[in-house]
Amino acid sequence: MAKFTKKGKGGTPAISTASLPDIVFMLLFFFMVTTVMRETDLKIKLKLPEATEIKKLEKKSLVSYIYVGKPKKSLQGIYGTEPRIQLNDVFAKVSDIPDYISSERDKRDEKEVPFMTTSLKVDEETKMGIVTDIKQELRKANALKINYSTRKKAE
Amino acid sequence: MARRGTPEVNASSMADIAFLLLVFFLVTTTMDVDSGLSRKLPPPVENTENEPPIDIKERNVYVVLLNMNNALLVEGREMRIEDLKEGAKEFIENPLNNEKLPEKKNKDIDFFGNYPVSKGVISLQNDRGTSYKLYLQVQNELIAAYNELRNEKAMQKWGKKFDDLKKKQKKAIKKIYPQRISEAEPKNIGEN
Repeated sequence: MAKFTKKGKGGTPAISTASLPDIVFMLLFFFMVTTVMRETDLKIKLKLPEATEIKKLEKKSLVSYIYVGKPKKSLQGIYGTEPRIQLNDVFAKVSDIPDYISSERDKRDEKEVPFMTTSLKVDEETKMGIVTDIKQELRKANALKINYSTRKKAE
Repeated sequence: MARRGTPEVNASSMADIAFLLLVFFLVTTTMDVDSGLSRKLPPPVENTENEPPIDIKERNVYVVLLNMNNALLVEGREMRIEDLKEGAKEFIENPLNNEKLPEKKNKDIDFFGNYPVSKGVISLQNDRGTSYKLYLQVQNELIAAYNELRNEKAMQKWGKKFDDLKKKQKKAIKKIYPQRISEAEPKNIGEN
């Protein structure tokens, strides 16, 4: 009978939790490193259109963003519902784009200027008129590399 | 023996603290990778009236029109967006040397030797009232047409996808299928 009593005594051994902090710290560092804090506050409603032939944007430091879309619900009382352009944190007019581009250029090294890209983050419900105006301004400002920001289409 | 060192710090709450931080970063993390369709705008033109327009034969141009009602007109006929890719591929490739489709010009290309390259240009024109979503779909289909042709050629020659090729091989294929999508100067037709 000794055999059986022995078995009863053991039970399930407790799992050592001593390494738990280490594991958690590892995860923590992973997320700390990969986290990118949002730099601009979006004031517009932005739902990007879908596409399949997308390319990743490389060198994020060389990208300047132009947001276009309807103002958010909470701001519609002040700014109306027509699609608007947002540069950095403020609403802007089409005529402000050349200034924005040149200020973005001033922030970068002179050598890097030819590689700068402008990323157009445009809501899918926007009409082309405003986008065409932006493109014309970009052409005039000689910022010819552009990227239409899209979501990847789920297949 | 009175051994008086610093008392050991209780480390059992370390896991809790770490968890707290972990949750904070989990919540604030946005993992969005910026991606999209890369295009290049044509350089600005000055005084278009003075310069004579460049002569391109009609058979070499694939005209894609988008109107304010989001309808697609390709080469004078209505088309569904699903058919645009195939249409564009046939136009660029012109497999049967059809007289209505673009001419070809022989060019010296690495790996391929003397190869007939299509002179076709895709011309995309949209209205101010066109929706951005449709415009991007059309752009996407046209780029897809080029990408598929490049992939097919790469498969045929090296048995690999275009993206897996070496730089020189990519360059050769890009010469065979140069991406020529021209966007006309904007017009205002349907806006009120």
